Amino acid sequence: MNLTPILTPLILGAGAIVVLLADLLAGKGNKTVAQVVALAVIVFAGIATVAVWGRGGPAFYGQVSGDGFASFFNLIFLLVAFLVVLTSPSYLKRSGSNYGEYYVLLLLAVLGMTFMASGTDLLIIFLGLETMSISLYVLVGFHKQRPRSNEAALKYLLLGAFFTGFLLYGIALVYGSTGSTNLEAIADYVKAASTPLGGYMGIGLALLLIGLIFKIAIVPFHFWSPDVYDGAPTPVTAFMSTAVKAAAFAAAMRIFYHPAMTLGIPWDKALWVLAVLTITVGNLAALSQSSIKRMLAYSSITHAGYLLVGFIARNELGASGMLYYLFSYGFMNVGAFTIAYLVNRRGDGSYSLSDYAQLGARNPVLALLMSIFMLSLTGIPPLAGFFGKFYVFSAAVQAGYVWLVIIGVLNSVISVFYYLRVMVIMYMREAEDLKDLERVPSVGFAALVCGLAIVLLGLFSGSLLEVARNSILTIL
Amino acid sequence: MESVFFVILAVVTVFSALMVILQKNPMTSVLFLILAFFSTAALYVLLSAPFLAAVQIIVYAGAIMVLFLFVIMLLNLNRIKEEGSPLLKALGMMVAGMLLVIAAVVIRSTVIPSDSGFVAGTEPGFGSVEAIGRSLFTTYLLPFEIASFLLLAAIIGAVVLAKKKL
Repeated sequence: MNLTPILTPLILGAGAIVVLLADLLAGKGNKTVAQVVALAVIVFAGIATVAVWGRGGPAFYGQVSGDGFASFFNLIFLLVAFLVVLTSPSYLKRSGSNYGEYYVLLLLAVLGMTFMASGTDLLIIFLGLETMSISLYVLVGFHKQRPRSNEAALKYLLLGAFFTGFLLYGIALVYGSTGSTNLEAIADYVKAASTPLGGYMGIGLALLLIGLIFKIAIVPFHFWSPDVYDGAPTPVTAFMSTAVKAAAFAAAMRIFYHPAMTLGIPWDKALWVLAVLTITVGNLAALSQSSIKRMLAYSSITHAGYLLVGFIARNELGASGMLYYLFSYGFMNVGAFTIAYLVNRRGDGSYSLSDYAQLGARNPVLALLMSIFMLSLTGIPPLAGFFGKFYVFSAAVQAGYVWLVIIGVLNSVISVFYYLRVMVIMYMREAEDLKDLERVPSVGFAALVCGLAIVLLGLFSGSLLEVARNSILTIL
Repeated sequence: MESVFFVILAVVTVFSALMVILQKNPMTSVLFLILAFFSTAALYVLLSAPFLAAVQIIVYAGAIMVLFLFVIMLLNLNRIKEEGSPLLKALGMMVAGMLLVIAAVVIRSTVIPSDSGFVAGTEPGFGSVEAIGRSLFTTYLLPFEIASFLLLAAIIGAVVLAKKKL
């Protein structure tokens, strides 16, 4: 049996159980063991991913494929998970819910994501999505004493279950019209069919797409996202806004980039409208936020819109640009949420922007890192955020969507206002009371890694794009 | 003969499903839901899938419905009062009507190709426990194993959320 394609999830699954047992053996009160074991599992899985990079062809009756595409996304999930695990303990301690199960659920969520990226069968993709979602429902509500966290978890669960219904109904209709859930078999059937497939297939694919873009929070399926992102524990928010979006995009690319999945239906027109709406709505809502967490939540909606532009382009540059974008966006957003959490350690969950007054004088390193994240999210060269946007936009121009790009660029200009406002507050506003920031070495280290990664990914953007280009060959 | 049974069962299923959402008393709704599950199970038998029918009754009509009934009895729900503005109601009806039209158009326009990927359950032993078990542990081994991790996540999550102190 060829286990190479599922090596990463295999390690994660076994690792999750090891973490569960290690946490039990370590005894009450000692949660460092669970964290360290979880970190070791992630590092081990990362090494395994790189070691078998792109070499695990189709396996299990063509239900999974360990191609470069899957490897690339596995690496994104594992990097984000590593940073999130690194920053979590201090938040968990403060919130009074420092349980080892947190790390187990996080690992299981990543396991689900790896199957979303490597699945070549709708059944596998669906199961991966559900494993990820169930873990996330719990993680969002992990801060049990905080009513907002409970509210967020319930909201996410109810809407998530509803949209899972959409996804499953879509899969059922596709299965009903083609007789298979396997992407290759569906493609073969579509190619060989003597009569064109009717409306069932179209509705099925549309429902499938809706189920996936709900997880990415594309307008008009975004209403849950600000509340859930705001209510969830901050490390979980960082995880959701980066890795979950990457996983859903991975599944969407796998399914819809398949040449057989066009069926002459004008997908791009519908998605064009959604992309414009997503970018604009996210941007305008972010303008008026006074909480940094909500601002970042809306900004992540906008970024999902930019990624959708690359998705619509449906060409080589667009796909590899999306991979680059998702990779660097992970560092940007996790870094920004990490700093948001470091600065607002009072635990009242307000995450007010005014807390950043005079941060430049109080803690120059932190302020510098936050400036890097904000500039990168805005898309200022030579940081990684600029190149991500540049690649997806030029791919869209190549594909002839000039107006889409013009709207996207105009929106980028608007976004300068709310990103740079953070910097203005940090360096220019007078602070009333200067509180000392508590120093948490592991969280600071994670922020530093993110900052360095953004600068380096920006400087060596060509090399990462090259890796991404080699990774997408199997899916286009 | 088979089509007569099918029509009877289909009418019962659709009728009871409609009653689930039209009844104001939650208790009556749940009882109609049980009826809907049973008639669906009977439809599975007609499709020569006896195992699926049995599972449908055991899992849905048995376990899940008991849970439903317990929750309703414990919560002591009263009749739901009429709420919502008439405007909202009219809007809802309009959207539902539009969806119905779209669905009707799609169903009418769809031609099920004769070379459809489906074959009726002709092979002997189709739908039996043995056939299902065999495919579950050969073709569908990987989904089966992923489902076990899904359940693991659900169990851990339930314990984390339900217990006051871990």
